[in-house]
Amino acid sequence: MAMAKKELDLTIAIGGAAGQGIATPGNVLARIFARGGLHLYSYNAHQSIIRGGHILLMLRVGDREVLSHGDRIDLLVCLNQDTMDRHLRLMGEGSRILFNSDDVVPGATKPGAQLCPMPVKTLSGNSKNKVIQNTLSLGVTMSLLGLDFSVLEEALGQLLGKKGEDVVRENVTVARAGYDHASAHFEPFPTALPQGKKPLAVWAGNDALALGGAAAGVKFYAAYPMSPASGVLHWMAQNGRSLGIMVRQVEDEIGVANMTIGAAHAGVRAMCATSGGGFALMTEAIGSAAMMEIPAVFINVMRAGPSTGVPTKTEQGDLRQVLGASQGDFERFIVAPRNALDAFDTVPELFNLVDRAQCPGIILSDLLISEGTFSVDPDAVDLHPSIDRGALLLDPSPNGDYHRYADTESGISPRVAPGAEGFVHVVATDEHDEAGVLISDEFTNPLIRRQMVEKRARKFETIAADVPAPELEGPRNADLTLVGFGSTYGVVKEAALRLAEEGVSANQLAIKWIVPFHVDAVTKALAGAKRIVVVENNYTGQFAQYLRGETGITAHAHIRKYDGEPFTPHHIVEGVREILARDTAVFVPTQEVMV
Amino acid sequence: MSHATLATATLELPRTPSSAKEYRGRVEPDWCPGCGDFGVLNALQRACFELGLQPHQLLIVSGIGCSSNLPGYMNAYGMHTLHGRSLPVATGAKLANHELNVICTGGDGDGYGIGGNHLMHTARRNIDLTYIVMDNQIYGLTTGQISPTSRFDMKTKSTPQGSLEWPLNPLTSAIMNGATYVARGFSGDPKHLTELFKGGIRHRGFALIDVFSPCVTFNLDNDYPFFKERVTKLEDEGHDPSDWKTACEKAMVWGDTIYTGLFFRSTDRPTLDGLEPVLQNAPPLARQPLGLTAEQAKTLMKRMM
Repeated sequence: MAMAKKELDLTIAIGGAAGQGIATPGNVLARIFARGGLHLYSYNAHQSIIRGGHILLMLRVGDREVLSHGDRIDLLVCLNQDTMDRHLRLMGEGSRILFNSDDVVPGATKPGAQLCPMPVKTLSGNSKNKVIQNTLSLGVTMSLLGLDFSVLEEALGQLLGKKGEDVVRENVTVARAGYDHASAHFEPFPTALPQGKKPLAVWAGNDALALGGAAAGVKFYAAYPMSPASGVLHWMAQNGRSLGIMVRQVEDEIGVANMTIGAAHAGVRAMCATSGGGFALMTEAIGSAAMMEIPAVFINVMRAGPSTGVPTKTEQGDLRQVLGASQGDFERFIVAPRNALDAFDTVPELFNLVDRAQCPGIILSDLLISEGTFSVDPDAVDLHPSIDRGALLLDPSPNGDYHRYADTESGISPRVAPGAEGFVHVVATDEHDEAGVLISDEFTNPLIRRQMVEKRARKFETIAADVPAPELEGPRNADLTLVGFGSTYGVVKEAALRLAEEGVSANQLAIKWIVPFHVDAVTKALAGAKRIVVVENNYTGQFAQYLRGETGITAHAHIRKYDGEPFTPHHIVEGVREILARDTAVFVPTQEVMV
Repeated sequence: MSHATLATATLELPRTPSSAKEYRGRVEPDWCPGCGDFGVLNALQRACFELGLQPHQLLIVSGIGCSSNLPGYMNAYGMHTLHGRSLPVATGAKLANHELNVICTGGDGDGYGIGGNHLMHTARRNIDLTYIVMDNQIYGLTTGQISPTSRFDMKTKSTPQGSLEWPLNPLTSAIMNGATYVARGFSGDPKHLTELFKGGIRHRGFALIDVFSPCVTFNLDNDYPFFKERVTKLEDEGHDPSDWKTACEKAMVWGDTIYTGLFFRSTDRPTLDGLEPVLQNAPPLARQPLGLTAEQAKTLMKRMM
């Protein structure tokens, strides 16, 4: 009898304190896996500290798309005692626990969990290098995964090559000692890591947003450093010059947003990113972009709030903030990408929409997507997306009677950037007439005011009609429908698959476009739902309220998490079980991994 | 003339204007009769004319306040932005199209109060902008409250018992923060003002021109006679504008004599737009093709593998 091929699903967690250099082995492993064609999803649980605290990098690897960072740790690499003390209890049968036996004392293990002590001093030849245990643990890990040492040797050469041959040699020697030690003393995982079909790319969500901007033709990027959005700035700073992108670090987010708008008005595609606090400072400018009809993209990478909140933790708590950003009644696109690749695709898509509708657009990412690292199929990446600048006239010929805000049938007025001869005009944050002349001070005019409000609304409706509507994913006539927005897409999908194994059929309605919200499509998709469960990363149920406000649909139950950590699949599975068994209205899962 | 008629008039000319009047905008200013801002507007129009600037090469960026209505009164590209934000908006526009002559206009509340932080940072960047501040030592559009340049003990609607705060000094602040052209004018002396504006626009780098522009409605302390009796031109005293220390000393003088003129100028420091590699030997960013070249795409993809 032929055995069904078991899917690869393995999670490595590396824990230690900030400053112990967790990122390096994490990056090395991520690259090795992706280059070997394996998929991965990694989540780095960390704290707002440069030295100390506790960090746990979870790296889940699979032979098909990995939808979340998962519920289980197979290999725990303890770089300090704290990691051992915190997470040993999570390590079950078949797991491996790797630790520096010079410094770390293991606790009581569950049956079937294998302790893998590394005598670091002996194996490293008494190296004084403080991060040598990281290199050693990489060697051990390679052996446990049944991978050839040469793969690691090559990766170390590439990573450390810049630091010189001596550094490479020391690290390779130590890694080799770890590899040999493990091969002699530890039992490897039963199945060696397979080889995938083709090499995959490794992206953090922030890289994807920045790259999406570059592909969309962004020529101006401004930011004030703020976690978890700084990765976009770092990518832009690293690549801006070679790509001809102006990158500016500005005194505050007020300046950032206004500079972005100034650049956009002058005719470039301009973008900026921040987190909720910085976004709060940007809001007045976003309204000004709407009033002056200047297209620009503003990214809010959500972290746990309110106020300074928990800078290194995730949340979907800024939905209301972006919906209500800036005073007044105006149109803006709001989109919440589902994952890193989707974030990349979203940027050019949004730029086309805002250019055509001449209004601001907001991307709602979160720490989970932006700081997570994911494998991406290079064949799925379109670095030359279509670019549609709408009614921006390049090198226009003077027609003698240019009105910047001409009231057209579509509501879209041909736009000309400063510098063109024959099109001189003034744009204003005050209400104005078709020519741009203020009607706010001396001659307020209710008829013109109404005309301009309607013109701006109409152009938005014209363009918004092209935004694709969401669709139900999963079985029809399911027992329940899970509804969420943005980054919960993957984990909800995985939970639904797992529920199916338990005999519970669940489908998902994942919302990417918050504005325009497809009221008819969403209403239709949910019309036949037996039980609607909204899954979201906040306390008050911002999305559930929005759904009700837009469609009149009240969800039957809710699964909410607001402890700073993202959902993992079992949180949702357990929530569904509870809801089905006890008619629970709001299920709040408990976070087991203490980070 | 009705408002609608004014709105449809086409004012820009595809040639260098033959008089300063051709820089007049679509509408007449709505400032109070006697407002100092008229003198500033006239001087700016004359400066643009005398420099031979064409309206479409000009971008006038303002914030909010009486004086910030100025772009609407100019025949030039204009942006009437948010309160206090003219400098970052102008910076973005200048970097996106460095061929534009970008001039910022606004008041003391706009530039030194709500926008004060931007002034400091724009100065240290030394970006090629000209910033004209119509300084009337009062908030006029909000009907008379103290501003960052109001004198100690000044009585206004928000300080009926007298202000307990000292005014800031925009000139020394600008010099200390790295501005490379720092001047002060008086709207009662339009000829002098025109020369200061011309110098600022011609100057490569960040130029601040603070202008005493009396508010005849809400500031009866600092009216035309107050300034007329006191203003003394630095040019008449042989001041050396390359000497920042003396410039600061002169800028601190506030009594029977108050100096106007060019306090400080430096041509040593490069401008931000001059330093930015992506702007060198290239057309303005706004005129460059969008998207990645095949070569760039290949390199980026390789780096991410």
